[in-house]
Amino acid sequence: MAALIRNGRIENDSWRLLSADIEVRLLDVSAHPDLIVPLVLWQRRREELLGRGGRLGLRLGPDDGLEIIANDVAHFVVIAVDFPSFTDGRGYSTARLLRERHGFKGELRAIGDVLRDQLLYLQRCGFDSFTLRDDQDPVAALDAFKELAVRYQGDALDPRPLFRRRLAAGVA
Amino acid sequence: MYIYDDIDQRLVQERVAQFRDQTRRFLAGALGEDEFRPLRLQNGLYIQRFAPMLRIAIPYGLLSSRQLRKLAHIVRTFDRGYGHFSTRQNLQLNWPRLQDVPDILAELAEVQMHAIQTSGNCVRNITTDHFAGVARDEIVDSFVWCELIRQWSTFHPEFAYLPRKFKIAVNGAQADRAATFLHDIGVHALRNDAGETCFRVIVGGGMGRTPIIGHAIREFLPWRHLLTYLDAILRVYNRYGRRDNKYKARIKILVKQLGPEEFARHVEAEWSHHADGPATLMEEEVRRIEARFTRPAHPALAAFDAGYEAKRATEPAFAAWVKRNIHPHKVTGYVAVTLSLKKTGVPPGDATAGQMDAVADLAERYSFGELRVSHEQNLILADVAQRDLHALWREARELGLATPNIGLLTNIIACPGGDFCSLANAKSIPVAEAIQQRFDDLDYQHDIGELDLNISGCMNSCGHHHVGHIGILGVDKNGEEWYQITIGGNQGLTRTGLTPPGLTSAGSAAAVGKVIGPSFARADVPEVIERLIGAYLVKRESEVERFVDCVGRIGIEPFKEAVYGSLDQKRTHRERQLAAA
Ligand code: SF4
Repeated sequence: MAALIRNGRIENDSWRLLSADIEVRLLDVSAHPDLIVPLVLWQRRREELLGRGGRLGLRLGPDDGLEIIANDVAHFVVIAVDFPSFTDGRGYSTARLLRERHGFKGELRAIGDVLRDQLLYLQRCGFDSFTLRDDQDPVAALDAFKELAVRYQGDALDPRPLFRRRLAAGVA
Repeated sequence: MYIYDDIDQRLVQERVAQFRDQTRRFLAGALGEDEFRPLRLQNGLYIQRFAPMLRIAIPYGLLSSRQLRKLAHIVRTFDRGYGHFSTRQNLQLNWPRLQDVPDILAELAEVQMHAIQTSGNCVRNITTDHFAGVARDEIVDSFVWCELIRQWSTFHPEFAYLPRKFKIAVNGAQADRAATFLHDIGVHALRNDAGETCFRVIVGGGMGRTPIIGHAIREFLPWRHLLTYLDAILRVYNRYGRRDNKYKARIKILVKQLGPEEFARHVEAEWSHHADGPATLMEEEVRRIEARFTRPAHPALAAFDAGYEAKRATEPAFAAWVKRNIHPHKVTGYVAVTLSLKKTGVPPGDATAGQMDAVADLAERYSFGELRVSHEQNLILADVAQRDLHALWREARELGLATPNIGLLTNIIACPGGDFCSLANAKSIPVAEAIQQRFDDLDYQHDIGELDLNISGCMNSCGHHHVGHIGILGVDKNGEEWYQITIGGNQGLTRTGLTPPGLTSAGSAAAVGKVIGPSFARADVPEVIERLIGAYLVKRESEVERFVDCVGRIGIEPFKEAVYGSLDQKRTHRERQLAAA
């Protein structure tokens, strides 16, 4: 079972991830209250999902246009962004857009080919939870967040680039 | 020279520690080859034909003598005593050991250097005009803007896994000495009517398999918006650039697919969300960066130096060197000097540890302790007093660094090619040497005049063959090394005084060379060049008309004829002999 790092800790995961099969039978809400559903399922069965009770999460692939769910983000407790390969960097932009443009405040989760050595940049782009690939050591992975403290650019954690933080701190 | 502050220093040190740990995990088997690859690439480390290759960043080509000494120390200690200056103004080591690389990076950090993002699918080292800050035709000093872009791009969290590598060049003079139309992004620093700094932004140029001249998508971008505009371009590229085919993944393909106008609309739409946002530059920051650059304080000198003039009048060898290797300086009595790394018999761009130490010394004694690396793979002392030229020349000659061939045929740009690079189809270094030998007569070279001859060992075009007035490309034919030749390429308006104001993409003068016909065996290449030159000397209108201008005027047909007319006969003859044997 892949480990979950959330808010800088290793935590248990209550969420069930559904596949892209649009005919799928929605899991029983009392046994599985927390469901993450792919974008197509949300588009086709929106009312059913909202009426189900339980909490709802959305799964986005790298190709999924964000613009179509721009007004829906408040419905989701979690948005999971899929990395089919860790070298596919589209999810970094997806995360920043969700946080900085669409105002998503919930849990933003990286899933798929998620490895220790990308965690820091993922976090800076707005992810706060990470389902690690099976072979990753979650305890060792926690160290990754501390590796590079210097940040020239603004990011999803602090939109101010270093030069604005510097001025605010009164350091010349 | 940009001097790091505590934060800049901490950043490179954190990077050393991070990479040390990554290397340790890789060597211990805890990090797989596939997972380690992008990490080592983002620290400049390739696995090459014989050993790893480490590419050390020389941001915008600017170096201090202290840094050059450190590089000499590194190539002596960790390599075989020499390094290769590349067309990205970087330094490449050919034989470091993987386990030593963290120590090499630590040594670099001691002198405010690194290998960050010199490879991989991220924003690479920023390049610029090697005469920035000293050229007479300068409009805006590009160094400050290069440093701002360097900091913006360093560990940019969103753009570390782009579809493909990303190269940015900045030019701030009338002449374009940074090949800005052949980069993913080219930036021209200009002034508007009110005298304020602003930028022309060019996207989608590039060499490689599909050479394309870039398009200007924005004119007069106020300086404040430089970084937000770059953010917008990179975000559009990161989201929509192709990832299914590595040969179609550069931004130029996206720009071509959408069309420059449509691409520009995407960028403007994205940028509308960034404009005036927190990443907007501030006056204070620009001034702070400016103040961290040390600038030579030139003691006042007369324009005329009798001693220098006398030497020039009486020593033809010195005069020849002055004619080719000196560039005018904006301060009276000073010039910029190019130390040629293109001596016949030495791989273009290579320098030994001894030469590096000696050049560091020269820089200290003659040029305020600073130097530059040019994308033509030479070293430049940018602030030399005219009256010191003769003494400098004598010392440079002793070191084998005074070949008077800048701008001439033997100033060949060449990638490391098949001797070192695992991607190569063919060798480049022996081809460069054979051509240099054939054209060793300096008077003949001077008569031929300005000519860029560029050689790449494969379509990746590290040797910029597409923009050589004559370009040579290594190709593979059934496992054999062959060479395809192009003519008429041009890196841009490299000569001052030719640039029309309000330059557009169409008027950029940058051009991709045309293939003259079937490729050649290595042994035939010097003869082919000789014939091209022969045809030019017959056809040129006057000595002012350069080879590339002549090709532009009369087209490639006369040159084809000169080359293939008789060579074809020779080849058929040889083939007949072979068939008969
Ligand atoms: S052009 Fe090809 S052969 Fe030459 S250095 Fe680049 S990748 Fe290697």
